[in-house]
Amino acid sequence: MGFEERITSLQLDILKEIGNIGAGHAATALSTLLNKKIDMKVPQVRVASFDEMMEMAGGPDNVVVSVFLRIEGEAPGSMFFVLPLSQGARFIQQMTGEKDFSFEEPPYSELGLSAMQELGNILSGSYLSSLSDFTNLNLYPSVPALSVDMAGAIISFGLLEVSQKSDTAIVIDTALKEDEIPETESVRGHFFLLPDPDSFETIFKALGVEL
Amino acid sequence: MSTVKEVVKVGIADMKIATRGQSIRTSGLGSCVGVVLYDEMIHLAGMVHVMLPSSSLANGGSFKLAKFADTGVRELANLLSKQGGRISRMKAKIAGGAQMFQFTSGSDLMRIGPRNVEAVTQALDSLGIPLISEDVGGSNGRTIEFHLDSFLLNVRTVNMGVKDI
Repeated sequence: MGFEERITSLQLDILKEIGNIGAGHAATALSTLLNKKIDMKVPQVRVASFDEMMEMAGGPDNVVVSVFLRIEGEAPGSMFFVLPLSQGARFIQQMTGEKDFSFEEPPYSELGLSAMQELGNILSGSYLSSLSDFTNLNLYPSVPALSVDMAGAIISFGLLEVSQKSDTAIVIDTALKEDEIPETESVRGHFFLLPDPDSFETIFKALGVEL
Repeated sequence: MSTVKEVVKVGIADMKIATRGQSIRTSGLGSCVGVVLYDEMIHLAGMVHVMLPSSSLANGGSFKLAKFADTGVRELANLLSKQGGRISRMKAKIAGGAQMFQFTSGSDLMRIGPRNVEAVTQALDSLGIPLISEDVGGSNGRTIEFHLDSFLLNVRTVNMGVKDI
């Protein structure tokens, strides 16, 4: 029986707190970088089927900008920072001053892509280092990989580890929101943290929680 | 002039079948491979969206047959046989198996796309089902839809255009 079938509400709360701390630091970093207010939704921890996981990112067909990295060290896993094309382009415009940067038509400008990669680097780095501090576990990010493609194609890559053990994944999902963007913009930026199945035990042990 | 066709949607690690008047689609293939098996004579087709090459990678009890190339292709052929398809008449088209990200470090999972394609090809070979066309590899996602009137597989990508194979 997979771990996700017997997860307790206390454990879910702890994972939620992990999302809170990690994404909170990342949102602060993003806010500093862009010099604007970034709001963060209360993280959701979901036990999701792979198809549901795609829906969280706007559906498998939805084209997104994504920075993906593997977490290595004591509690390996995958992390995604996923943005809708319009939001990603806006961030890059603000960072680089390239007013007409857009993800609609390739080729994209080198500077823009590099800025996006760096953005992903900073955000995932601050997410991970706060997580590492909180749990006292050694966690190292791989070099982040940038991709502009269908959400399904991108996210399925992060499900490969999980898929060897289970048909569902536990995902810690934190949505970001820019202040001046209306609620109606349906798909927002997301952090997805997907610990590998064996990492949950390590994380809970590190925090002194009985399994 | 176009008639509304019913589209059968196949999720990740999922398989479905479709008949005359329908089309069958799966979205957002990355390293996963979409395999279509079809029997032209009776207008029957099935699609499986496989994630991993071999069921020997499964550790932890039961699993969805559609998740793995070896079990998925075989099960799809069985499923079509039960609906009157004949393995001897079946043909195959495949797409996907991209390498979405390049990492220098890494486990075998980093090469999962090409390995999925190899495993699917092997599974087809062992059943004696000819592979008619393929659009595999690269580093881009694909959405594919198989049409039962033309037996063409439509492959859509974000930046690499659309084609029928």
